[in-house]
Amino acid sequence: MTDYKMHLLICGGTGCKASESDEIKNRLNQLIHDLGLEDEVQVVLTGCFGFCEKGPIVKVLPDNTFYVQVSPNDVVEIVEEHIVKGRPVKRLLYTDPTNDKQISDSKGMDFYKKQIRIALKNCGFINPENIDEYIARDGYQALGKCLSELTPEEVIKEVKDSGLRGRGGGGFPTGLKWEITKNVENDQKYVVCNADEGDPGAFMDRSILEGDPHSVLEAMAICGYCIGADKGLVYIRAEYPLAIQRLKIAIKQAEEYGLIGDDILGTGFNFHIELRYGAGAFVCGEETALIHSMEGLRGEPTFKPPFPSVSGYMGKPTNVNNVETFANIPVILNKGAEWFSKIGTEKSKGTKVFALAGKINNVGLIEVPMGTTLREVIYDIGGGIKDGKEFKAVQTGGPSGGCLTKEDLDIPIDYDNLLASGSMMGSGGMIVMDENDCMVSIAKFYLDFTLEESCGKCTPCRVGNKRLYELLDKITQGKGEEQDIEKLKDLSVVIKDTALCGLGQTSPNPVLSTINNFEHEYHAHVHDGKCPAGQCKSLLRYDIVEDLCTGCTLCFRNCPVGAISGERRAPHFIDQTLCIKCGVCYEKCKFNAITLT
Amino acid sequence: MPKIKLAENTVQLIKDICVEFENKESELINVLHQVQSKLGYLPAEVQEVIAKELKTSVAKVYGVVTFYSFFTMIPQGENPISICMGTACYVRGAEQVLNEFKRQLKVEVGESTEDGKFSINCLRCVGACGLAPVVTVGEKVYGRVAPTDVKKIIAEYHNR
Ligand SMILES: Cc1cc2nc3c(=O)[nH]c(=O)nc-3n(C[C@H](O)[C@H](O)[C@H](O)COP(=O)(O)O)c2cc1C
Ligand code: SF4
Ligand code: SF4
Ligand code: SF4
Ligand code: FES
Ligand code: FES
Repeated sequence: MTDYKMHLLICGGTGCKASESDEIKNRLNQLIHDLGLEDEVQVVLTGCFGFCEKGPIVKVLPDNTFYVQVSPNDVVEIVEEHIVKGRPVKRLLYTDPTNDKQISDSKGMDFYKKQIRIALKNCGFINPENIDEYIARDGYQALGKCLSELTPEEVIKEVKDSGLRGRGGGGFPTGLKWEITKNVENDQKYVVCNADEGDPGAFMDRSILEGDPHSVLEAMAICGYCIGADKGLVYIRAEYPLAIQRLKIAIKQAEEYGLIGDDILGTGFNFHIELRYGAGAFVCGEETALIHSMEGLRGEPTFKPPFPSVSGYMGKPTNVNNVETFANIPVILNKGAEWFSKIGTEKSKGTKVFALAGKINNVGLIEVPMGTTLREVIYDIGGGIKDGKEFKAVQTGGPSGGCLTKEDLDIPIDYDNLLASGSMMGSGGMIVMDENDCMVSIAKFYLDFTLEESCGKCTPCRVGNKRLYELLDKITQGKGEEQDIEKLKDLSVVIKDTALCGLGQTSPNPVLSTINNFEHEYHAHVHDGKCPAGQCKSLLRYDIVEDLCTGCTLCFRNCPVGAISGERRAPHFIDQTLCIKCGVCYEKCKFNAITLT
Repeated sequence: MPKIKLAENTVQLIKDICVEFENKESELINVLHQVQSKLGYLPAEVQEVIAKELKTSVAKVYGVVTFYSFFTMIPQGENPISICMGTACYVRGAEQVLNEFKRQLKVEVGESTEDGKFSINCLRCVGACGLAPVVTVGEKVYGRVAPTDVKKIIAEYHNR
């Protein structure tokens, strides 16, 4: 390998790629080539750094300078000033919003200070398309150790002792699952990695696969060694082209190095990995549905038991784990169960990756120790609510989860505490909402999603959720009746109790949880015909106050549907039958002549 | 929908893809992925060829195609517009953006404009939540889109 003096790491995560990080990379390469520096400076496209809000991000090593919101036009300055003259480009540094000081090393940023990176340890540090960089950071060391020094029982014991629980939502102890699958007698078994990531608004698993694909492959091979499987399958969504491409490259490189394939490291252990593609069905994240989908069928869930550990892919014992669960394994085996189990709370060990999004200043991917409070996540790491608005709620667990409110800000986040507060850990989506978000609409949004995603196999889910949706729709239209709220509650309970799979059993959770925490908002819609958050359009009305209107015609010219009429310099009027409540006139009027009620 | 007759080389292309997957019924989803990536969509006629090649029923192929939202039976517009309706985009106003696209193009979700230039679809999280609300047109990603940007975006493609 060439001994580079400097490395430029450019974020190649989906968010930054969407803001031209590829172009930044190309221009950097070109310029470095023009200056004849290609033997001294290496340009590397990495996975997501986490701080997506400030992307595209460029990091310079060895001095750890962290440039934010870089545009292709900044490339010349970075090269001429920083690389050639050694002077960091100040205007591209991150500014701490609390004191306006510039920070050049990410370690000093509040966003990173409270994070501990285990699953994301390599994301943003290595080139995911180069296996050597993974190996240089202890990659495949755990696999080597397992194969040459430890028995499957010893490895399983280590995983059990670590206290690791499944990160795909259920929280089942990982070591125990491996042990169960190991103990089922069969000459053919499978290891499956669940990379379906169906929660809309979550991108943890994708980021791990894009940023550090080898960690998942290594863990799958270790799992195969433990349970006695020689074949691994990654079930990944076709909508994740970058992650698929990086996985393919990683598998090929690992095969070339003899780390995957036949007779791995000369130990006689064989393990092959293949990809299987999902096709956009949320329910396929459920493990039995996922297995049917891999078999080429409609991805409909089947009743458990039998669990996949006993009868899974092609009827063979199959160990299904989530991407993030796997990503923890190599680190646990390298650093030891004891080290891992010291992080976190009593019953939830280690860390959790969250995709923090919504009305928050620092949207991004974060990894925090279990037991961190919501307040720390939202205010310290997330930098608080956007535009100085007031925090209202945060949804965890996606469409299967619930919302947490101001009262929950100080509970330590772990599997059990979130359940006790009426939500759940889920796979790690964390959507922050502010005072302008209507909770009835949010519940409706999730139900709309469930409806579209229900596989239709059982009636409570197929028909019941439709009824729930219709009731919510009626309420947001201002046509709700007194008994509708009770109906929502009763029906929710019935669906939860009778649906066949996890999708239906959890689909009413957003409804129950928003009613629980924000019943007054439901009442306001039903009794007063008002949406307190001002979101439900049918309940809004824009009017022009005659006395204040100067007749400047600005609103008239901007209304997209021609709902406003009036002579120049005379009061204008809104035709309520035409108005689509877009709010443009309200924003445009310079004389505060338009009211919103 | 009127029946279309597939061109000879289209049929051959589908057959070749099936052979690539050893004409195995269990590879149906992979075959569909490949065919859709080549043809853009999976109309009934195409499904018939696939069913025949994999020695399975048309009903089964149809069942799989309609189950998965990634597969589509209608052709997309020249410039497929996708509005992200993932939660992060939704709370940052994706619905208003969607409505504005529908209004300006006078089509509903899943439809194409009469001239075939545009089609509108919804997606669930494209993984760029930091840029919410997100809209993609073909491969290009637009971030932090406001309803007032919609006109500009459409205009970019109108004169091509
Ligand atoms: C409707 C539904 C959707 C699910 N989606 C996912 C998913 O996207 N990713 C995932 O890893 N697990 C998902 N699960 C959980 C899986 O069924 C399974 O428990 C998990 O993959 C096991 O891995 P773990 O023990 O490592 O968490 C889903 C479950 C249900 C009921
Ligand atoms: S609960 Fe819903 S998704 Fe699950 S099997 Fe029944 S219909 Fe299908
Ligand atoms: S913009 Fe305001 S002041 Fe001007 S015509 Fe409209 S309502 Fe009247
Ligand atoms: S809210 Fe929109 S549609 Fe209604 S009058 Fe104002 S500009 Fe026109
Ligand atoms: S995608 Fe670049 S920081 Fe997340
Ligand atoms: S929700 Fe739209 S990009 Fe994630």
